[in-house]
Amino acid sequence: MVDTRVTLSGLMLDNPVIPASGTFGFGYEFADIYDIDILGSISLKGTTKEPRFGNPTPRIAECREGLINSVGLQNPGVHAVISEELPKLAKCFHKKAIANVSGFSIDDYVYAAALLDKEDQIGLLEINISCPNVHHGGMAFGTDPQNAAAVTRAVKEVCQKPVYIKLTPNVTDIVAVAAACAEAGADGLSLINTLLGMRIDLKTRRPVIANTMGGFSGRAIQPVALRMVYQVYGLGLPIMGMGGVSTAEDVIEMMLAGATAVQVGAENLVIPTACKDIIENLPAVMARYGITRLADIIGGAHHG
Amino acid sequence: MKREALTVTQNREIAPGVFEMALTGDLSAVTAPGQFVNIALPGRFLRRPISVCQWTAESLTIIYKVVGTGTADLSRLPAGETLDVLTGLGNGYDIAKCPDHVAVIGGGVGVPPMYGLAKALLAAGKSVHAILGFNAKSEIFYEDSFRALGCDVTVTTVDGSYGTKGFVTDAMTEADRYVCACGPLPMLKAVYNKSEDGQFSFEERMGCGFGACMGCTCHTTDGHKRLCKEGPVLERREIVW
Repeated sequence: MVDTRVTLSGLMLDNPVIPASGTFGFGYEFADIYDIDILGSISLKGTTKEPRFGNPTPRIAECREGLINSVGLQNPGVHAVISEELPKLAKCFHKKAIANVSGFSIDDYVYAAALLDKEDQIGLLEINISCPNVHHGGMAFGTDPQNAAAVTRAVKEVCQKPVYIKLTPNVTDIVAVAAACAEAGADGLSLINTLLGMRIDLKTRRPVIANTMGGFSGRAIQPVALRMVYQVYGLGLPIMGMGGVSTAEDVIEMMLAGATAVQVGAENLVIPTACKDIIENLPAVMARYGITRLADIIGGAHHG
Repeated sequence: MKREALTVTQNREIAPGVFEMALTGDLSAVTAPGQFVNIALPGRFLRRPISVCQWTAESLTIIYKVVGTGTADLSRLPAGETLDVLTGLGNGYDIAKCPDHVAVIGGGVGVPPMYGLAKALLAAGKSVHAILGFNAKSEIFYEDSFRALGCDVTVTTVDGSYGTKGFVTDAMTEADRYVCACGPLPMLKAVYNKSEDGQFSFEERMGCGFGACMGCTCHTTDGHKRLCKEGPVLERREIVW
């Protein structure tokens, strides 16, 4: 019998597998596909102070082993998330969920985070300073260590629950940004968000995505994500690792690099049962590699 | 929605670049004409969303046009191949909302879902005027299949090489006030302007096809809708151009 449990800043998870924000909605619709209570947790759809339609369509472009999205933080706003979405989730998910918060100013972040922090269903906050699909916000906070620290500090001041900062890979030195978040009081880090990318339609000779560029994710980015998780592990903060994870082997690899929990993103969009499949395969894959307690391998690649 | 392994029983070209594929397997998740399936192809990250032409509990017919390398791969699949397919996606047309006479209007590869719809409407005792629009005679498919259903059929060609010369709207009669339409955006807009009520099927680039990614959201008079989940069929009064 293997032990898949991990603890994320005091939050005990039955397993480290968490659907990533933006690929799983507010969770409850996936309950029609499988019992979502098997998940470690769920990172909910990115939530902002005000409701947002998001970007114009086309928002999606296919790539080799991945896709580009330019959804642009479509969400009903924090008040509707609390009054409508969370109650629907409560009916089919009986564990703590992760609130994912985005904004266009520090006040926006503080506003939404403070409200979600008060919700019993929320166990942890993930602050997205890395969305590549919105102007004047999102990634603008995540590419500058000082801005990243300012958001972290402001959100920490109004939240009782653990605050994880979700980082963008679109920087020269992710360790500098991560260190600034750590210094500002972040309880943990989430990485990576999508890589800025684009596609051009050969027939029209125009970008496929209406917004020209978007966030590239999917299996193709797994080595980049793994490398960045490995790099920031040295800071000592717990990490939710994500980027191209599609198998139980990927989960173990990400944990060896330094992740305590692992999020699965784009894979949910093509294999609706991706997280369930990974969770079910995990014990056999652990056994194959001689792992009895998953928590023991966190950061294992850094030792001897 | 169900994820099923469907077996290809036939895959043939019925017009230049247009293929009809028959599959067998569990199709119990398909509940309405105008729904679609999302097909995984080896080596392609995203699935290919394709409308249901007709179906039974154990069989499915789709008609698709080769528009890129993915659909080109699909066109080369021989009978006996198995495909990973998400079935029963989208809302489809609501027959209960249709009056006694319905104009069923398809343009190009918008024609296939109208076949299953016409069949269902006729089975429900409605009178159907099927208007099938193509660019030229060489592109026409399924005219005989629609005629075999026993409904009125008008074929239009833009170049006048067959049937009524012009667009589908040129074939709409006084009686064709309630429409169910599927086709290119300019066609939908023209049909919208010439009709009084109806249901229109829209197309958009999709990520997942089942409501998770918010890739295909559109504005409607009833708020934001995901074309893959609350669509692809919108009621005429909901449409925001």
